[in-house]
Amino acid sequence: MSALEARLTVRRGNFTLDLPLRAGAGEVVALLGPNGAGKTTALRALAGLLPLEEGHIHLDGEPVHLLPPERRPVGVVFQDHLLFPHLSALENVAFGPRCRGMPRRAAREHAAAWLERVGLGDHLAAKPRALSGGQAQRVALARALAVEPRLLLLDEPMAALDVRTRPEIRALLRRHLADFPGVTVLVTHDPLEAMALADRLVVVEEGHPVQEGAPAEVARRPRTGYIARLVGLNLHRGRADGRTVVLDASRGAEPLRLHLAEPAQGEVFVAFPPSAVRVHRALPQGAGNRWPARVEAVEWQGDRVRVELEGPVQVAADIPPEAVAEAALTEGEEVWATLPAGALHVYCA
Amino acid sequence: MNAHARVPWVLLVLALLGLAFLVLPLAGLLIRAPWSTLGARLTEPQVLEALRLSLVTSTLATALCLVLGVPLAWVLARTALPGRGLVRALVTVPLVLPPVVGGVALLLALGRRGIVGRWLEAAFGVTLPFTTAAVVLAEAFVAMPFLVISVEGALRGVDRRYEEAAATLGASRWTVFRRITLPMVAPGVAAGAILCWARALGEFGATITFAGSYPGRTQTMPLAVYLALETEPEAAIVLSLVLLAVCVVILAALRDRWVSPP
Repeated sequence: MSALEARLTVRRGNFTLDLPLRAGAGEVVALLGPNGAGKTTALRALAGLLPLEEGHIHLDGEPVHLLPPERRPVGVVFQDHLLFPHLSALENVAFGPRCRGMPRRAAREHAAAWLERVGLGDHLAAKPRALSGGQAQRVALARALAVEPRLLLLDEPMAALDVRTRPEIRALLRRHLADFPGVTVLVTHDPLEAMALADRLVVVEEGHPVQEGAPAEVARRPRTGYIARLVGLNLHRGRADGRTVVLDASRGAEPLRLHLAEPAQGEVFVAFPPSAVRVHRALPQGAGNRWPARVEAVEWQGDRVRVELEGPVQVAADIPPEAVAEAALTEGEEVWATLPAGALHVYCA
Repeated sequence: MNAHARVPWVLLVLALLGLAFLVLPLAGLLIRAPWSTLGARLTEPQVLEALRLSLVTSTLATALCLVLGVPLAWVLARTALPGRGLVRALVTVPLVLPPVVGGVALLLALGRRGIVGRWLEAAFGVTLPFTTAAVVLAEAFVAMPFLVISVEGALRGVDRRYEEAAATLGASRWTVFRRITLPMVAPGVAAGAILCWARALGEFGATITFAGSYPGRTQTMPLAVYLALETEPEAAIVLSLVLLAVCVVILAALRDRWVSPP
């Protein structure tokens, strides 16, 4: 039996969240999705801060959706930490245990031990405003874990931190999540955060789960344009028949037929990295995959150049800067794109 | 070009006149004060009596306002009651109502033959008018809106997510209010309480109507000033100086909140 077994249905205006969610003890599930997908709504529903319209939340078989937030065995780490500004780090962490009936002295000792574990043993008396962003998020983690929850909820725990602090907090979270015996649900729109921390990803778009699986699997076989963009792949749908696949074309365009290295059959996804696409000014020799395209945009990205190609299908190509200079590529230019069959990754739709 | 040079002279002259109008009476008070006999006058029994009574009653009135006004402000700021607009209007009535009318209203409600007062006397043998308790009630009636408005504003400024965070940590609603909300609005409550106290200290109309002017029992500083003016002007000046000094102290205490420009 799963430690967490939930179906979250929340309606707000014309937005509907309808999300089934399961997780085993010790598992870290990341809800990954674009802004406005309903990830935070799901988290608030799990915490009891938002009522469920329908559905249920069972933790170890217990129906916790019937409980008010203060009675749920849940700990939450908020995006901008939300440490109580008038309480010291120690008092912030001791707050939860105190509310759950621990005597004052014991709660303070418990809190001090937790602050020690997140590396803030010498900041017990500090007020939140005296702490750096990373330190505040450490206290927030200690505060959430100090109530010994069975469900730990992390709401974009690194979004408010500066780029240099993130690796440090990511490492801290990894360490503590590995030790945490309960279920962790992490909400994020940062694929790196999700890949680094989660055992399983649930990709949410417009209030619904669109893909679920191990991070490496999701990264290798994206099933929506959103995930493909996140992991930096071109993604198209098509019909495969043996060693050829016909990609669904842009409106009005001739469908694009590509050769495959491995045979496939039926409705498929075709994914390939932008770096596999080559751009030529003249029709190249040979018999590989190629199609005429028009340059929509050229953008320098460090040591490579991202070229957006319009044609039978929309494709992003990453080419070396010298190739751009040689070919004198500019917007509006008519070009040829080539793509080796070996670079195509084909899987069932 | 200097910004001062652009002020139209008409506005400047009127502004200076306005300032003079506000400052001159106070200057008059200071100039006419019997500085040589000030010490002796301040220690006269009647003065000390009135001062003590004023401090005690305005402090009790403030305490009463805190106990009743903070919950009222919370209800106004946090609930979606249907008649909330009306409730807020009712709360602010004493702010604009002439205090004498407030006194008459208190008399009609809590007086010996008032709707509540009659019952109080029959049930408990309590009569309020013309007692020190009546002074406290009159002051609280007039001063409460200052507290409610200040605390309501502070409550509206609190980020509700802190309260949600406290709830997820296991805090009941009452614990959230006591340990999170109240400390976070403490500056607003303090400012409201000080304003409330100052208003109670200066209360005249409602007090004299509902509580009368009995030395030692209901004769507060403002009443003593008014009565002394007819018999002993110098005593009135001394009493006024004391009230002025209190006001200066309050302004100093609140200078960051109310006096400094936004």
